Amino acid sequence: MKILVCISHVPDTTSKINFSENNSVFDKTGVQFVINPNDEFGLTRAMWLKEKNNAIVHVINVGLHETESTLRKALAIGADKAIRINQDPKDGYSVAKHISNYIMNNTYDLIVAGRESIDYNGGMVPGMISAFTDINFIDKCIELNISGDSVNASREIEGGKENISTKLPLIIGGQKGLVEESDLRIPNMRGIMMARKKELEVVEVNEDYQATISKSFEKPNPKSEVTLVSADEIEKLIDLLHNEAKAI
Amino acid sequence: MDILIFAETNDKGYFKKDALEIASYAYEISSQNGGKVKAICFNSTNPEKLSEYGVKKIVNSKNEELKNFDSGIYSDYISNVFKDEKCNVLILSSSSNSKYIGGILSVKIDAGYVTNVISKPVLGNNLVVVRNTFTNKAFETVEINKNNTILAISKNSFGLKENPVEAEVLEINFDITEARNKVSSVEKTSNKVTIADADIVVSGGRGLKGPENWHLIENLADVLGGATACSKPVSDLGWRPHSEHVGQTGKPVSSNLYIAIGISGAIQHLAGVNSSKVKVVINNDPDAPFFKAADYGIVGDAFEVVPKLIDKLKEFKSAND
Repeated sequence: MKILVCISHVPDTTSKINFSENNSVFDKTGVQFVINPNDEFGLTRAMWLKEKNNAIVHVINVGLHETESTLRKALAIGADKAIRINQDPKDGYSVAKHISNYIMNNTYDLIVAGRESIDYNGGMVPGMISAFTDINFIDKCIELNISGDSVNASREIEGGKENISTKLPLIIGGQKGLVEESDLRIPNMRGIMMARKKELEVVEVNEDYQATISKSFEKPNPKSEVTLVSADEIEKLIDLLHNEAKAI
Repeated sequence: MDILIFAETNDKGYFKKDALEIASYAYEISSQNGGKVKAICFNSTNPEKLSEYGVKKIVNSKNEELKNFDSGIYSDYISNVFKDEKCNVLILSSSSNSKYIGGILSVKIDAGYVTNVISKPVLGNNLVVVRNTFTNKAFETVEINKNNTILAISKNSFGLKENPVEAEVLEINFDITEARNKVSSVEKTSNKVTIADADIVVSGGRGLKGPENWHLIENLADVLGGATACSKPVSDLGWRPHSEHVGQTGKPVSSNLYIAIGISGAIQHLAGVNSSKVKVVINNDPDAPFFKAADYGIVGDAFEVVPKLIDKLKEFKSAND
């Protein structure tokens, strides 16, 4: 079984969000980049399939040279090979199209993407890849069991979960549930050393396939101070929620 | 410029609030720029309801086989209607199902697709909208680079606006291709308001000291008609099911009112709940980071404050009903 895990290179959750060049681009100064958390759950699940079913795991990213540190981390965790499509990512459509082109030329049984990235929060790449490549798709996948080419999986729905049977090849939009937070792996020294020797293929592309253009960013106004109500004046809170906030 | 909305229904075939919100949103665009608002829905009990919100043509597909949502079949249907009705804008909600098919549809109808939209589009040569990004830490202005557009509207960002019009209701049925994913079973917590649908969410953290105290959260949610949720440590400890975990790696919340009890407000938690309109925090630690993100707060012991709050809310409800 061959698995492709799509890795988004995102600022760590605790990063300060600022913009530069007249508020047109995200300011990367001093920002620590990590594997997108939703992708990391999927990568860990792929590692389990590698260990139990001898799967081969590749990781892919659309990005410039700077994203290689994140791909190397995925290799150190245990992926066998990394692919970097050499383009500054334009939008979800463009990223999905580039990854789909790679998939069309290199067959995979399972493609794992995160349900969304924690930076731009588009949440569209896995669905687009499924449409470009015409393969089965489960979004918000929280359980995944594979035997032969049969798949039993679950997806999160509003108020519960839906159990699904389907066939490989398959793409999932992954999230917590595929594995738990405590299952995530920190690369060890041996993994880091081995990662240096693993293949990192750089794919050159010309087209950009851009469907949407990011024009500018703006930060919300600083939040006004919290209105504190004394624990002995609960009525006041109810009054504020009713008359001022109109929330009840 | 005709606009199509995908109007979702609940298990009984009635429109969800999100469906009426995106109808209101679509009407606002059409009233400024001409063109009709049309809708596609599946197994709707009362399709004509949408006419109260400005929808002039409602395509309802009644078919038992469409009872279970299937991303392939639903997106085929919607893209067919989009093309047949000669629309160039498709409006979706931000529900799980709408987001499931948004990406697929953008390929099928070759559209620029924008999620988490919070503003009406500005029309020039190309459509321009504002969306939430960086987990509600910034707004992004985005221009569409295609002839067709799909916008997924952020819940509660526009509200409901009634605009009664005359509407034509059409029943259609396409040949249904076989579903590629078979749903073998559905496990749902019965008769509970879901976090996604709730206007009010009451959430508990480690400050509640144990699962045996969750009646406080449940009773408060009951009085308010809200859903219950919890912080990550609480679901990791097994006090509550994972399905109730809200935050960056859990469920996102964009309710009208979010009440956090005994939750300190870690950055990952706040990232998931920040798009809620009004946030209330009850915590005995005045230095809890949540107080910086909240609109209203009570510094106090949850075990004293919450029962009082429940009693006072019951009085308030009976006086206002």
